[in-house]
Amino acid sequence: MSDATLNTLPEGPNIKGKLSRDDIIMRAGMGVIALYLVVTMVFPLYAMLSKSFSTYQFDLATYELQVSDEEGNFSGEILNPLNLNATLGIYGDDDMITGSDGRLPLTKLFPDFSFRSTVKYKIRNKVEGGRFLVGSTLHTELDWLELDSNTFRRAQIRPVKATGFGNFINYFSTPALFNSIKNSLFIAVISTIVTVSLAFWFAYALNRSCMRFKGFFRLVAMAPILVPSLLPGIALVYLFGNQGMIKELLFGASIYGPIGIVIGSVFFTFPHAFLIISTALAISDARLYEAAVSLRASPWRTFWTVTIPGARYGLISAAFVVFNLVITDFGLPKVIGGQFNVLAVDIYKQVIGQQNFEMGAVVSVVLVIPAILAFGIDRMVQSKQVALLSARSVPYQPTPSAKMDGIFLAYCTGVALFVLGMLAVCQFAALIKFWPYDLNLSLNNYQFDKMDGGGWASYFNSIKLGLITAVVGTSIVFFGAYLVEKSNGFRIGRALFQMFAMLPMAIPGMVLGLAYIFFFNNPANPLNAVYGTMAILVICTVTHFYTVSHLTAVTALKQMDREFESVSASLKQPTLKLFGRVTVPVCLPSILDISIYLFVNAMTTVSAVVFLYSPKTTLASIAVLNMDDAGDVAPAAAMGMMIFYTNAAARIIHLIASRGILKRTQAWRTQ
Amino acid sequence: MKLKAPIFATLAAGAILATSAVAETELTVYTAVEAEDLARYAETFNASHPDIKINWVRDSTGIVTAKLLAERDNPQADVVWGLAATSLLLLKSEGMLEGYAPVGVEKLDAKFVDGDNPPAWVGMDAWVASVCYNTVEAEKAGLKPPTSWKDLTDPMYAGHLIMPNPNSSGTGFLDVSSWLQMFGEEGGWAYMDALHENIARYTHSGSKPCKLAAAGEIPIGISFAFRGAKSKAAGAPLEIIVPSEGVGWDMEATAIVAGTANLEAAKTLVDFTVTLEANEMYNTGYAVVAMPGVAKPVEHFPEGLLDAMIDNDFEFAANNRAAILSEWQSRYDGKSDPK
Amino acid sequence: MNEVTAAANKYLSIDNLWKAFGDFLALKDISLDINEGEFVCFLGPSGCGKTTLLRAIAGLDLQTKGSVMQGGADVSNLPPSERDFGIVFQSYALFPNLTIEKNIAFGLENTGRGKSEIVVRVAELLDLVGLPDQGSKYPAQLSGGQQQRIALARAIATNPGLLLLDEPLSALDAKVRVHLRHEIKELQRKLGVTTVMVTHDQEEALSMADRIVVMNHGVIEQVGSPTDIYREPATLFVADFIGEMNQIPAQAGGSGKVKIGDAEMKSKPHEFAPGAPIVAAIRPEDVIPHGDGARSPGAPDVITTAENAFEVTVEEMEFLGSFWRCRLKSDRFGDAALIADFSINAVRRLELGEGKQMTIELPDERLMAFPRAEG
Repeated sequence: MSDATLNTLPEGPNIKGKLSRDDIIMRAGMGVIALYLVVTMVFPLYAMLSKSFSTYQFDLATYELQVSDEEGNFSGEILNPLNLNATLGIYGDDDMITGSDGRLPLTKLFPDFSFRSTVKYKIRNKVEGGRFLVGSTLHTELDWLELDSNTFRRAQIRPVKATGFGNFINYFSTPALFNSIKNSLFIAVISTIVTVSLAFWFAYALNRSCMRFKGFFRLVAMAPILVPSLLPGIALVYLFGNQGMIKELLFGASIYGPIGIVIGSVFFTFPHAFLIISTALAISDARLYEAAVSLRASPWRTFWTVTIPGARYGLISAAFVVFNLVITDFGLPKVIGGQFNVLAVDIYKQVIGQQNFEMGAVVSVVLVIPAILAFGIDRMVQSKQVALLSARSVPYQPTPSAKMDGIFLAYCTGVALFVLGMLAVCQFAALIKFWPYDLNLSLNNYQFDKMDGGGWASYFNSIKLGLITAVVGTSIVFFGAYLVEKSNGFRIGRALFQMFAMLPMAIPGMVLGLAYIFFFNNPANPLNAVYGTMAILVICTVTHFYTVSHLTAVTALKQMDREFESVSASLKQPTLKLFGRVTVPVCLPSILDISIYLFVNAMTTVSAVVFLYSPKTTLASIAVLNMDDAGDVAPAAAMGMMIFYTNAAARIIHLIASRGILKRTQAWRTQ
Repeated sequence: MKLKAPIFATLAAGAILATSAVAETELTVYTAVEAEDLARYAETFNASHPDIKINWVRDSTGIVTAKLLAERDNPQADVVWGLAATSLLLLKSEGMLEGYAPVGVEKLDAKFVDGDNPPAWVGMDAWVASVCYNTVEAEKAGLKPPTSWKDLTDPMYAGHLIMPNPNSSGTGFLDVSSWLQMFGEEGGWAYMDALHENIARYTHSGSKPCKLAAAGEIPIGISFAFRGAKSKAAGAPLEIIVPSEGVGWDMEATAIVAGTANLEAAKTLVDFTVTLEANEMYNTGYAVVAMPGVAKPVEHFPEGLLDAMIDNDFEFAANNRAAILSEWQSRYDGKSDPK
Repeated sequence: MNEVTAAANKYLSIDNLWKAFGDFLALKDISLDINEGEFVCFLGPSGCGKTTLLRAIAGLDLQTKGSVMQGGADVSNLPPSERDFGIVFQSYALFPNLTIEKNIAFGLENTGRGKSEIVVRVAELLDLVGLPDQGSKYPAQLSGGQQQRIALARAIATNPGLLLLDEPLSALDAKVRVHLRHEIKELQRKLGVTTVMVTHDQEEALSMADRIVVMNHGVIEQVGSPTDIYREPATLFVADFIGEMNQIPAQAGGSGKVKIGDAEMKSKPHEFAPGAPIVAAIRPEDVIPHGDGARSPGAPDVITTAENAFEVTVEEMEFLGSFWRCRLKSDRFGDAALIADFSINAVRRLELGEGKQMTIELPDERLMAFPRAEG
C-alpha cells in the first residue's frame, strides 16, 4: 500500500453510530432544556428587538374627509388628508413618526377652520384598521361620520404600526435620552475604578498578610451580596440626605446624583470584585516570590513585576464584572440618582412613565451593547485565567510583619466599617419612629400591610420565589450542565447549548423583564397563561441567573472522571442511574452552592421582575423599591433589612445543612 | 418534545394558581388608590357582596396605566376602580373600556360621569394638587410660606422644592396640565422654565414630595392635599398650602374593562362604587366626592380647596398628554446636574 | 488444519478501519484479527492511534470507516452499552462515593441477579483479585494498585467476552507495576477472556502479551509474538522502538551482504539491489567480543579470521548493573559509534577499559538491513 492512499480517507459513507437508549434520553433532555432556554430567552429577546423596530406613524392616506358650505350642505367632493397636507405643507415627515400614544389633530389642514363656524365636516376611515378619535371615543368603522365644527376640533387621527429605524432616530435626536449613555458609562467607569482598587487591597490584605480576623473580614466583605442593590441608596439618604446624619462630609454637594450612585455601586459590587481578585491572588505562584527575593528585588518592584501581572486576569475580569453590574443596575440610580439619568432607569421611565414600550425596547437594545461587550471581554480573560490555574504552582505563604499587618488591619477595618455602617444605618432607620422629628424606637415601620408594595405577603412571596427558584433552577441547571458535559457526539447541539447557557449573563435584568412582557403577554402565545403568575417570576429569575449557576455546575462536573460514563455504559447500566448514584452525590457541594446562589439572588433581584410581578406575586425587593418610591423610606429600609436577615439565615442554614449532608454522603472524602 | 415546555409551564402556573382557588367569583381590580385604603374599600364592599372577592393590583397611576395599556390585547383586569380619569380616557381612546351605566349613576354630579351613553367611566372623588410646606425646615432655611404658584419661582426657594416627574406620576401630570390650562400654553411653559430653576429634583411618585417634606428631607413638596393631610395627621410639621391661582385636580374613576369574563360581577362592583355608602367611604380621605351633598370636611384638609379647583378639561389633558410629556422631557429631563 | 482452527477461534475482527479527527487521520486502514482467549497488546508511542483503536473497539469513539466484528456479530455502529466488553482505565474510574463492594456490584444490578447472588459474586471477585477484606472501604482508602485491582474486578464482574485495558498500569509506581503485570496476566489466563491492552511500555507488552501489535502514525507496523517482534522486527521503527538497536548507514552489497564503509560484511539475507542505501542494524547485546583480550593502543593488530570481525576502540563504558554498555569507535563507521552490551564476565575476562582496543564480531544472522531514506 502506498503512502498516498494512506493519506486520504477512502470513498463511501462514514459509519453512523446507532444511538443507545441513553443517547436518545440525553439528547432529548438536552433538547428540552435548550428549548427552555430558547423559549425563555431567545424568543423574548427577539420579541423585544422587533418591538424596537416597531414604530407608530400617522398614515394620512387612510382617511377621507368632506367639507360642507356655510349652510351645512356637502358637495360630495372627497378630500384626502395626504393631498391636503402636501398642498399646505403643515406636517413634515418627522411629524408623522410618533409613539403608540400619538394623536394628530385634523383642523390644521383647514387654514380657515373656526370652531364657531357653521361648516360641517365628514370623516371616515378609508381602510380596515384605520383609527381616529372624536374626543376620547375611538372610531374604527368605515362609515362616514358627520361632525359640526366644534366637534371636528376634537377629531384626531391615531397612528398605525410600521417597521423601521424611526425609534432609534428619535432616540438619538433626543438629548434627554441620549445623555444617559454618557452618564451610564461615566458612573460605570468611576465605580469600576474605585471598587476594583478597594477590593484589590482588601483581597491583598486577606491573601498576602498575616493580619488577624481574616475570617471576619471575609464574611463582612460578602455581606452586600445579601441585600438588594437599592438598599445602600436608602442608607445614603439617611447618611448624606438633607436630613442626613453626616451630610456635612459632602460639603454641600448633593448625594442625589452621581456621587450617591457611585458610593452605592461600590457597596453592592464590592463582594463580586473581592471574590474574583481574591481567587486570582490565591493562585499566584510562591516560587516567583522566592525568585524575586533571591534577586534582591525591592518589595515595591516585586509588587509590580510579580503580584500585579499574576493577578492581572483577575483584575481585568473583576473590572468588567463590576462595570457590567453597575451599568445594568436599576434599583440604585432609581433611589439615589436624582436627576442624573442612566440607561436602566430610562427603560423604566419610558415603559412605566410614558407607556412608550417601543422606546423602552430601544433603550434596552442600547443598554445591551456595552453589557455584551463587557461580558465578551470578561469571558476571553476568564478562559486565560483557567489556563493559569491548571499550571502547577506552589501556594504563597505570607510572612508576618508588624507594620504591614497593622496597616492592612486598619485598612480592612475601614472597609468593614463602611459595609457594616451602611447596613447598620438601614436597621437604625427602620426602627426610628419618624426621622428626624421623633427619634423614639418603634416597630411602626414594619407594618408593611399599611404601605405600598404588597405588605408582608410580598415578603413571603419572595421566600416562596427563592425556594422554588432554588429547587427548580438547580435541577434544570445542573441536569442541563450534566447533559452538555457528558453526552457523546452531537457537537453542534452541545456548542449551541453552551452558547445559550452563557447568554443570560450578558442580558441586563431590565431588558430580560421587558422582553418577557413583549413575549409572554401576547395572547397569541400559548405560554401566555404564565403571565402574571409566580411561574413567570421563577422562569425569569432562573434564566437571569442561569450562567453563573451553569458555570459552577460545569466546573464541578469537569472534575469528575471523564470515564465514569464509559464504565457505566460498558456495564450496561443506564446513564441516569450513574447520574443519580454517583454524579449528584459527588457534586452535592456544588449543587448546594448553586441553590443558595439562586435563592439569595431571587430574594434581592429587582430589575428583572419589576415589570412582571402581579398582585398575588408582589415581592419584598420590589416592595423596597415601591415603598421608597412612595416616600416610605424607613419601611423600605426595614423591608430591605428583612431581606438581609433572611438571606443571612438562609446562608447559615445552607452551611449547617451542607455540613450535615456532606458528613453523611461524603464520608469517602474525609477518610 | 415541543409539547413538553408548554405543559410544564401550564402545570407550574396551575399549581401556583390553585392555592388560591375558591368557590366565589374573583375580580381582578386594578387601582392606584393608596394602599392603606384598599383593605377598607374591599371590606365595605364585601359586607354587602360576600360572594365577590377582589384581587387588588395596586400601583402608582403611571404603572397601572402602563400595565393596562401593555395588556391591551390580553386584558388581565376585570375592573379599574380608582384610577385617574386622564388615564381612563387613554384606555377609552384605545377602545378598552366597556360602556355601562351603573344603577343610580344619575345621582352623581354630571362632571363626574363620562359624557358617552352608556358612560365609559364614572368618577369617585377628586384628588387635588397642593403644596406641602414643612414649617420647621422652612424656618431653618429662612423661607417664607408661598401663597401662589408664581411665588414658587422666587429665587429664595432655589433647591428647596421637589415635585413629581409628570412622566411617571399622575400627580405630576395634573400639575403640569393645570398650569398649561391656567397660564395658557406659552405662559405655562414659561412658568415651568422658571420653576425648574428652583426644583431640587423630580421624584417618580406623586406622594413622595409630600412625604419628603414631612420627613424634612426638603422644605417644600408639590404633591396633593390628601397626602399632606395624612402626613400632618401622623405628626409631621406640615402646612398644606393651596396656591391662589387655583389648583389642578384629577378624579379617581371606575370602569369595566372590555372583554372581562366576569361581566356580571364587574357590573355589581361598579354599581356599588356609585352608592351613597361608597361615596361616604371615599370621603374618609377625599374632601370632594362624586355624589353631591355627601362630603363632610376632612381633618387637616386646607380650607377653600373646593373653590380653588380649576375647571379641568380632561379631554385636553388626555389628548395632549403625549405631546406635553415629550415637550416636558426635552425641556427638563436632560438636566443631569441637580441644584 | 491449522488455518481452520484459527478461523474458528477468531473472536474479534477489525477490517479496513479509519478514524479521522477533522483533517487528521488517527487510524489508517487498520485490519486485525484477534483470537479467542488471546492477550493482545497495542504498543506504540503516544499519538500512534492505539487508544483510538481501543475506543473504536469499545464503541466509545466510533471509527469513521471500516467494520468491527465481535464474536461473529457486526458491532461496527453499536453504542458501548450494546457491546460485550469490560474496561479498565488508567485513572481506575472507580466511583468515589461508593464502597468497593458497591463499585463491583454496580454492573451486576438490573441484570436479573438476586441480591444474595450479587453478594456472593462480589465476594468471589474480591477473592479473585486478592482483596477479600476490603469490600466496605471507599476507593480513596486503597492504594493505587489495590484500586486498579478493584477496577479489574468490576470490569470482569459480568463475565464479558472481551476485556479492554487502557494503560492500566501507567499511573502506578515501578514495583507495583511489575507485580500487577503478573497478576493480570495470570487472571487473564485463568478466566480465558480475550484481552486487549493498550500500553506505551515495551517491557509491559513483551512480558504480558501473547501477541503484540506495534503501531505508529495510525498504521500497524508489525503484528507478532513478543519474540518475533524483538528478534525479527519488520521495520526500522519497530526495531528502534522495542529494545536498543544500532543503526549504521550502509549500502547493500551482494545477496546476503552489506557494505559498511568500504568493508563488506555478511548479513541476514535481504532483497536490496547492490549499492542501495540501507541502514545496517544490530542489537547491542548481539555484538560478540572476541576472546583475545584487549590491547593497549599502538600494539600490532591481531589478524582475525572471522569474516564479520574487526578492530574497534572502546571509547566509553557505562556500568548498568547486570552488564556494561560500551561505546565502540571504528574507522569504518566514521563519526558514528557502535553500542555494545558486554556481560560483566566478558569485561572482566577481556580486561576491557576505556581507550583499549579490541576485536568484535557482528554475527551475520543478527545483522539486519533496512531501507534508508536518501539524504
